Amino acid sequence: MTDRPLTQRMTAAGGFVDLAAYQAAEGYAAARQALTQQTPASIRELVTDSNLRGRGGAGFPTGVKWGFVPQDDADSGHTYLVCNCDEMEPGTFKDRFLIENDPHMLVEGILIAAYAIQADRAYVFMRGEYHEPFRRLLTAIQEAESLGYLGSRIFGTDYSLELRIHLSGGRYICGEETALLNALEGKRAHPRTKPPFPPASGAWGRPTIVNNVETLCNVPAIVRFGSEWFVDLGSGEDSGTKLYGVSGRVNSPGLWELPIGTTIREIIDVHAGGMREGFALRGILPGGASTDFLVAEHLDLPMDYGSIQAAGSRMGTGTMMIMDDSVCPVGISINLQHFFAQESCGFCTPCREGLPWLERLLTDIDEGRGQPGDIEQIEKNAAFIGAPGNTFCLHATGAIEPLTSALKYFREDFETHIQTGHCPYRQGAH
Amino acid sequence: MSEAIIQVLSDEEVSAIENEISHLPDRESAAIEALQIVQKARGWISDESLNAIARLLGMSPASLDSIATFYNLIHRAPVGRHVIMVCDSVSCYVMGCQNVNTALQDHLQIKPGETTEDGKFTLLPIVCLGACDRAPVMLIDEDLVGDVRPDALESILSGYE
Repeated sequence: MTDRPLTQRMTAAGGFVDLAAYQAAEGYAAARQALTQQTPASIRELVTDSNLRGRGGAGFPTGVKWGFVPQDDADSGHTYLVCNCDEMEPGTFKDRFLIENDPHMLVEGILIAAYAIQADRAYVFMRGEYHEPFRRLLTAIQEAESLGYLGSRIFGTDYSLELRIHLSGGRYICGEETALLNALEGKRAHPRTKPPFPPASGAWGRPTIVNNVETLCNVPAIVRFGSEWFVDLGSGEDSGTKLYGVSGRVNSPGLWELPIGTTIREIIDVHAGGMREGFALRGILPGGASTDFLVAEHLDLPMDYGSIQAAGSRMGTGTMMIMDDSVCPVGISINLQHFFAQESCGFCTPCREGLPWLERLLTDIDEGRGQPGDIEQIEKNAAFIGAPGNTFCLHATGAIEPLTSALKYFREDFETHIQTGHCPYRQGAH
Repeated sequence: MSEAIIQVLSDEEVSAIENEISHLPDRESAAIEALQIVQKARGWISDESLNAIARLLGMSPASLDSIATFYNLIHRAPVGRHVIMVCDSVSCYVMGCQNVNTALQDHLQIKPGETTEDGKFTLLPIVCLGACDRAPVMLIDEDLVGDVRPDALESILSGYE
């Protein structure tokens, strides 16, 4: 037993777990047990009971999602499992860490998940800039193939699986699961209209499950140690651990696997070593660029799906970015809107036209051309641009989350820029 | 296979693309892999390359170009021998990537999107590289460089010929 399912085989320094080290620590024992002793339905039930929720940000129960795949023996077409490793949410660096340090854990997780939904094809959709994770995962896949853990008749059963990596051409929107599927099919990564949802009609029109890297990495340990063990790891309503990260001006930026529901304060003060001397915490993007800012009053909240949502934000990817008091809230808002405007796929008008408009108006405020009423104008338009249902996907909705929350918590800064016509932070570090 | 493809694409490129197609339900699905294979060999995707790939995949050049121009990492213009991508997303912004960018532009005497006169370096902006605990970060070809200090740039770049 371990209390760190994701990092159990890594040394304290986060050292690389190669095939020998993985096997020595009972690597692939869970997959062997699942494929030779358990039915796909029992694995789905086990993961549902564990209350494992999607670690890519949405938090959907993994076992429930797997249950949406039609199990029709008469259907002879492909079923796909796709691992989403298009880690492009700004501020997020957890999936890279998992693959660079323990790639076989992901291969084993994919194998068990694919078996559970009876997929015969699996893909890892990896961003094109992840050269080192690509090399390490490719080696792990080749090693697993040579041992008969992938390919035909795995562990002597009649179950077969082909696992390949698709390196992305590079666009943030590929992280949206239906856009990802279009990219996998070699098309422009425009999100698809839903329904149908991917479990019914996904890659090449076939049943498809898309799961995040961290989600799949939890699966082998759940099979080995059981759902109750996993439930008990969490400190609140949620199950398991979470790979939490901190970036920004803290003493020790990094990642730590902790019980899900650890407080933001403990993550920042104990694990990230607190703020650097001379800098104070002003804002937190709790789970990536598309999550609402939180502030110091939220430090004692547990980092879990429900608590962060109740505070008006989202846990997202669980890797938080700290904005300290040397950073201009207007400047950071321009940076965020520039990112979302640039990465809009361009399909829906409110997103394609609205996000660059927001960036321009914020730039006007920053450069001394702000007018009274600009803040209200931004709020009005952000509400329209980000309203779910006005666009195919949630890209624009995510884009306005950090903006409306910045206006809520740092409104004085925006007002000062408009009133004085200049940025008071400009003489500082930036 | 038509002669035009044979003239433009190398045997290695064609066989690598055909290998990708063999794992996919149809030829067009290999569009991104095909662009990546040719770009890896030639640095960028010229109109000539694009037309040849489109013909090999059985699709129109316009369709393939709509895909090629959609993705950040497919170059439809020539690039230098080394491509420098500087992260400009939020964690790197907080940690001062603007200073890195300014110092790089001063040192190389080019703006983002341009290539040095000697054809050595191309400078491009890039979104979050997923190494935010080491911000500010940049990618030189396939090398990830973290905790970049503007005053260390000259020595970092001296390692590239």
